Amino acid sequence: MTAPILVFGWGNPSRGDDALGPLFVERIAAMALPGVECLTDFQLQVEHALDLQNRRCVLFVDASIVAAAPFEVSAIEALPDASFTSHALSPQAVMQVYEELNDEPPPPCWLLAIRGEAFELGQPPGQAASANLDAAVLWARDWLQAGTPTAEPCRARSR
Amino acid sequence: MSFDLETAHHPEQLRRVAIDPVSRVEGHGKVTLLLDEHNRVHQVRLHIVEFRGFEKFIQGRPYWEVPVMVQRLCGICPVSHHLAASKALDMIVGATRLTPTAEKIRRLMHYGQILQSHALHFFHLASPDLLFGFDADVAKRNVVGVVAAHPETAKKGVLLRKYGQEVIRMTAGKRVHGTGSIPGGVNKSLSAEERAALLKDAYQMVAWSREAVALARQLFEQNADVNSAFGRFDAHSMSLVRADGAMDLYHGGLRARDMKGGILFDHFDYSRYWDVIVEDVKPWSYMKFPFLRALGPDTGWYRVGPLARVANCDHIPTPLADKERATFMASPGAAGATLGYHWARMIEMLHAAESIKDLLHDDDLGGSDLVVTGERADRGVGVIEAPRGTLIHHYRVNENDEVTRANLIVSTTHNNQAMNEAIRQVARQHLDGQEITEGLLNHIEVAIRAFDPCLSCATHALGRMPLEVTIVSRDGTPIDRMFRDEHGRCSRA
Repeated sequence: MTAPILVFGWGNPSRGDDALGPLFVERIAAMALPGVECLTDFQLQVEHALDLQNRRCVLFVDASIVAAAPFEVSAIEALPDASFTSHALSPQAVMQVYEELNDEPPPPCWLLAIRGEAFELGQPPGQAASANLDAAVLWARDWLQAGTPTAEPCRARSR
Repeated sequence: MSFDLETAHHPEQLRRVAIDPVSRVEGHGKVTLLLDEHNRVHQVRLHIVEFRGFEKFIQGRPYWEVPVMVQRLCGICPVSHHLAASKALDMIVGATRLTPTAEKIRRLMHYGQILQSHALHFFHLASPDLLFGFDADVAKRNVVGVVAAHPETAKKGVLLRKYGQEVIRMTAGKRVHGTGSIPGGVNKSLSAEERAALLKDAYQMVAWSREAVALARQLFEQNADVNSAFGRFDAHSMSLVRADGAMDLYHGGLRARDMKGGILFDHFDYSRYWDVIVEDVKPWSYMKFPFLRALGPDTGWYRVGPLARVANCDHIPTPLADKERATFMASPGAAGATLGYHWARMIEMLHAAESIKDLLHDDDLGGSDLVVTGERADRGVGVIEAPRGTLIHHYRVNENDEVTRANLIVSTTHNNQAMNEAIRQVARQHLDGQEITEGLLNHIEVAIRAFDPCLSCATHALGRMPLEVTIVSRDGTPIDRMFRDEHGRCSRA
């Protein structure tokens, strides 16, 4: 049976702060929260629209060089995004693909953008990024444990 | 030597247009054009921001870690790196011949990668141009536009890709960062349940792949003269072929053909690839320019990938794809056309789907004899035909089992000169003397996308990847700027 809540983090674990998404997923998965499924990949692509099926809600997680530290959370909507770099479909574009494929709106989705700084191959995440990750995990633990995440605690925010 | 349109005589007198980054290709690429006051094109270059730290990333690691860690070089074709590294390390551990189970599991994994990669490229990266036209509204000319206008086509593309990912997950053990292939073999076979689960949809994938070939053919032939001429250039070609000359995407000897189709070398043992391939450097590009040693850098460059492979082999060892190959080769102009890549790519996807279906009936997939070893060596070379073309991994390992030297020649590097030739031809055909528009610049990108280049390894933090085109006057003053934001909206400053 499909878990009602999906946590989907993406990034390259060997590219410095780009690892924040996969590391976040690793830490949430280790909590074994009931009703929560964790998935990760190098980047978002069209087939990930299929992972949204039968979910009550979805939390997308990525490193960000534009988010305020330590992280920002925002409710996101499907968007006919040109996604002009194929290796980086935006979560909004994935939601749009879901909508077009299924002829129904996708489940409510949020984007957790964890502030990162450096993305060099072969480097571990930096100190500041790791601290941002810790803060994001703490926030997400409470949010996910609430069981029925709603838009209320997840309005666009930064801490 | 400098090729025509590679270097302008008086660049200081010309204005510069940059397409940065090139869209719908993997990684980061940039095209620069130098134009005079009449918009005549004097110089065109594709710059690849290739990360040259691959080798350093690998050096010093225990060799058995390499097949897993090289997947992190590229988020787009990790399985190709996984398998090329494994093949190189087979030589290190003395595994001259894998067990039938190991080879077939690896082949299945590879065909899964070919299927999902080719499906993504055709249905979601190339089809916006092919279905809507090169000059179509940029807001429509994208994957979501394809889904909206052609939902059934787009859905099949998604499901083909998903199926390929499932093949990879079951053979590599994980959805990403798989560990299935190891030096000397594999660490798991397929259970009866896994085979049954994959077989359930295998015939549907073959059927959809046939439809995809038909669509690619139709799109090419409905405007054959234009499509045949677009970005066309003559080139040598290189790929692996099987001992009997058949297409083999997993293993074989190197074959190169000249521009007229004559054989330059055949069944060459890739473990000494440097006897036939040399990597040249140019001062304006980070990426090397390989050439065939016997012909030299001026005339020895070549192309790789689906177009080269389909034309290079004598036949394809699955019946449906072989029949489609015969049609392709008989179609006037297709086999040498830059846009012929799309049609050839779909023929390969059909071959991959047929191969997956056939392999899933083979009981060797469930075998328990997974690994062989032999006499330890200190050097290994692995070559595979990755979705984008020939991929070479070359390692040296010391007595402490640490990698001391690594050299990788990726598919896009092989195609470096060929891609430059394609965009110079497009510039001559479509941009020379014209007022530059976004639609015209997209013609350049269409030519690049035909090769499906993987320009660098994926790093993609939110907020990166704006597109900005700046036109500057002779004295360097910006006179026009065009932006494309993360939602694909274009505006002028």
